[in-house]
Amino acid sequence: MVEQSRFGNLFAYAVLGLGIFVVAFPVYLCFVGSTHEQSIIANGQMPLTPGPLFFETYYKALFIGTSGTTREPVWRMLVNSATMAAIIAVGKIVISILSAYAVVYFKFPFRMAAFWMIFMTLMLPVEVRIYPTFKIVADLNMLDSFAGLTVPLIASATATLFFRQFFMTLPDELIEASKLDGAGPFRFFKDTVLPLSVTNIAALFVILFIYGWNQYLWPLLITTRDDMQTIVIGIKKMIVTADALTEWNVVLATAMLAMLPPVAVVVLMQRWFVKGLVETEK
Amino acid sequence: MEKRAIFGGKMLPYLLLAPQLLITLVFFYWPAGQAVWQSFLLQDAFGLRTEFVWFENYTTLFQDAGYYRAMGTTAFFAVAVTVLSLSIALLLAVQADKHIKGAGAFKTLLIWPYAVAPAVAGVLWMFMFQPSLGLVAKGLRSMGLDWNPLLNGNHALILIVMAATWKQISYNFLFFLAGLQAIPKSVIEAAAIDGARPIRRFWTIIFPLLSPTAFFLLVVNIVYVFFDTFGIIDATTSGGPAKATETLVYKVFFDGRLGGDLGGSAAQSVVLMVIVIGLTAIQFRYIERKVTY
Repeated sequence: MVEQSRFGNLFAYAVLGLGIFVVAFPVYLCFVGSTHEQSIIANGQMPLTPGPLFFETYYKALFIGTSGTTREPVWRMLVNSATMAAIIAVGKIVISILSAYAVVYFKFPFRMAAFWMIFMTLMLPVEVRIYPTFKIVADLNMLDSFAGLTVPLIASATATLFFRQFFMTLPDELIEASKLDGAGPFRFFKDTVLPLSVTNIAALFVILFIYGWNQYLWPLLITTRDDMQTIVIGIKKMIVTADALTEWNVVLATAMLAMLPPVAVVVLMQRWFVKGLVETEK
Repeated sequence: MEKRAIFGGKMLPYLLLAPQLLITLVFFYWPAGQAVWQSFLLQDAFGLRTEFVWFENYTTLFQDAGYYRAMGTTAFFAVAVTVLSLSIALLLAVQADKHIKGAGAFKTLLIWPYAVAPAVAGVLWMFMFQPSLGLVAKGLRSMGLDWNPLLNGNHALILIVMAATWKQISYNFLFFLAGLQAIPKSVIEAAAIDGARPIRRFWTIIFPLLSPTAFFLLVVNIVYVFFDTFGIIDATTSGGPAKATETLVYKVFFDGRLGGDLGGSAAQSVVLMVIVIGLTAIQFRYIERKVTY
């Protein structure tokens, strides 16, 4: 057994405590700001403890919105973000599990070509093809629609690799037994592969939902209508360059609301989150 | 590796692959090809005539002082965020790996910033460091520092480095912790029996065994800074003041948005493509090597 020094453990607690403080402090300040009056924040007099306006601010953010800049209330943005994130996560999982199934359990001409074609998309993140992709979406009349927001992001090399890797670990006896029982590719998929993939799907869903929720550049280009705005874009638009006009308390309440769903997903589904993160990156 | 038993079926595999392949063709390969093609074209001022000009867009690009400046900013940004977030995360992971009470709770409390959107992280840090209303900015001023990220380019750069580091620590922490927990305890015990003190054990045993993780994270962090920090920059500084926080990705976005210089913007995209391809290749070569160990 390795020695345990009391000083060593104290040091560990101190470092971890400091780390948590640094990590949490910006969010704490954000919460405090969301409970104070706009004028207190604007003249830099905000105290370090929460103020009395919690319900007022969040009500205003959720159901009314800021007075000038964005006319949409935040609940609308939350719905948009949730819809976008869910479509992206489910879409990526569905098309990737199908592709991986085809590549692993079938033999056909151009199998490896198809696999490489999916794999190489890793090297083409949206940032390197912004405007040509935007033009295609515009030509297809998909601006300001959920299809435009999600479909171009739905191809997933990482998810396909992840499922392929997993299918490779499934013993060959499974498919041999299924074939003896007379199961075709559909039944084998539905009765054997899918039930075995449940934890992998859950892990992937957590990661992809966060990925979708946090999208910024793509929705910024694709959405022009206020009622299609996602919450992450909405916050940015609430901050006016002339500081005096920015309703910081509403902005900060919106920031809290924007963080809540993905952070809750990480905290509540931590096991799957860690699995998804560690295993998809390899 | 191949499966022994497989299904027959001529059309089915193609049908299964169709949705994914269709999307990659329409929204990945076609636009990427367009970017490459456009990078060789020059459009006149009215967009009426385009001319094939070979590498003229690239020579213009590489003669542009602004482009080198964006490169320098990106390089500084990448080095600063990578070094800071990796070292802080390693320090935290080593502490969390010790047998202390509440290790699980510490872990939970450290990993959640991964889920915060880059743009929101930018807003949080801007709120603390905004010169007229930020609490931390006020503190800095009372210490006699003329802090103003809205006017001072260096201050703005420091601000986005902090926001980007803050967001990335949790990711690095998780991977370092997983790496630490994968190191066999017997190796560390053997060293302890031989009389190696904790610090010596760390540098001679733990750190070398952790180096594959560190290398992997190095590449991932560089990719993160290049491509995923767009939201942070756009929400906090919008590339300013006076382009002091303009990275390569931000420049593509900004230059292309005005729509004037299609060829030049496409040439910038192609340069970025080359960078991603290089980084991804490095990452996968390393992973193959790890597999053969």
